[in-house]
Amino acid sequence: MGVFRMPSLGADMEAGTLVEWLVQPGDHVNRGDVVAVVETQKGAIEIEIFEEGEVARLDASLGQKLPVGAPLALIRGAGEEAPAEAPAPAPQPEKAAAPAPAAPAAAAAPAAAPAEGVIPASPAARHEAREREIDLATLTGTGPGGAIVLADLDRARPRPAPQVADRKQMLAEMRKAIAAAMSKSKREIPHYYLFHRIDLQAATDWLNAANESRPPEERLLMGALLLKATARAAAISKAVNGHYTDGFAASKEVHAGFAVALRGGGLIAPAIRDTDKLSLDEVMAAMRDVIARARAGRLRSSEMTDGTITVSSLGENGVDAMGGIIYPPQVALVTFGTPRQEPAVVDGQVVPRTTITISLAADHRASDGRLGAKFLTEIETLLQDPEAL
Amino acid sequence: MTPDDIRKAFIEELVNIAPDIDPDTLEGDEHLQDDLELDSMDILNLVAAIHKRLGVSIAEEDYPQIETPDKAAAYLTQRLGG
Repeated sequence: MGVFRMPSLGADMEAGTLVEWLVQPGDHVNRGDVVAVVETQKGAIEIEIFEEGEVARLDASLGQKLPVGAPLALIRGAGEEAPAEAPAPAPQPEKAAAPAPAAPAAAAAPAAAPAEGVIPASPAARHEAREREIDLATLTGTGPGGAIVLADLDRARPRPAPQVADRKQMLAEMRKAIAAAMSKSKREIPHYYLFHRIDLQAATDWLNAANESRPPEERLLMGALLLKATARAAAISKAVNGHYTDGFAASKEVHAGFAVALRGGGLIAPAIRDTDKLSLDEVMAAMRDVIARARAGRLRSSEMTDGTITVSSLGENGVDAMGGIIYPPQVALVTFGTPRQEPAVVDGQVVPRTTITISLAADHRASDGRLGAKFLTEIETLLQDPEAL
Repeated sequence: MTPDDIRKAFIEELVNIAPDIDPDTLEGDEHLQDDLELDSMDILNLVAAIHKRLGVSIAEEDYPQIETPDKAAAYLTQRLGG
């Protein structure tokens, strides 16, 4: 029997408020299923489960603020006995008459079908729909088994923008969370910093040519090239990619956290899994997706914790470099300044070239300046051949 | 479509991208990036939404022509032959 607990969604989280259950006792859950929504200082986060089994019991109720580690539910693994208070197991499905040769083990029995006429919905969504007088029959569910969840209500009938006071309070909470994480980082991580100005002309020319023939919805942003190049370089320079907890553990995979500025202030850096292995179009699609969900407050718990390195683009704000603060337990933060035209010497001639400054903040417990320098020059090399990204 | 309809459509799509913008207090000369703080992804999403809604594909080199609601309304009106 496994206990599903309130996860820690970052160095800055102490507690979360349970706002929605997406499963109920008797439901089968698989690794990676979203089972609950928890409100944190960084907005509502969809919580995934990392074991497989059947929900035996829910131990937390909606609206409860619970510390990290508090039990949320009891999960019964395959072959385990039901706890006393669990409902009787569903009847075995009848065996097929003809035995299929080498059939895989029967898939888990689907959750009991809802009674006829009852629209599947999470209890919170059902309650909210009553409050807001929304007919569940008019909605399409996107939860487990097509159940209607809170997000479906908001999609069907967007809420009015939050009141200014709420928004201010939310931003103040997020600022507190950022301050706590950054103070911890500055206290514990011996940072070193490197800055490197590189030629971005090849990447700029390639991007302009690629976008010229693409409709707007298929265009790429320079940010996608920068993220991909950084992820590929991180796969080579292993000492900047991973987590430091009890010593440094390099990560085999590169899940680049991508810093997203929230409108009105605040910052969140959801991880894009296996960034180094995605095509540029896939990186672009992933960026578009996480930005939209970060702003709507629908990120998943794994996206909050899986990041192995963080990349931040200062965009068109007009500054060149930033001495950033590492997001623990990660060990490196890469920042790109504003691309700009500068005089450069090419073949003995002074010519205008698009350049960009890359900044690295890295953890001396995991690497030193020599390795950091190799990492930045690897990013530079990759960006000189954008087509191969 | 009248120029007014075009302007209204542009502002609706702008507010979809940045829901905290109040269309009633939005000034025609506010700059999308400098004043309204849209980033490059917001601009791209806005251009894609306009492409879908009005059928006008705005090339990247034309982005300066939509940098304020006034400029965008004039540019889109001209592109739509208004």
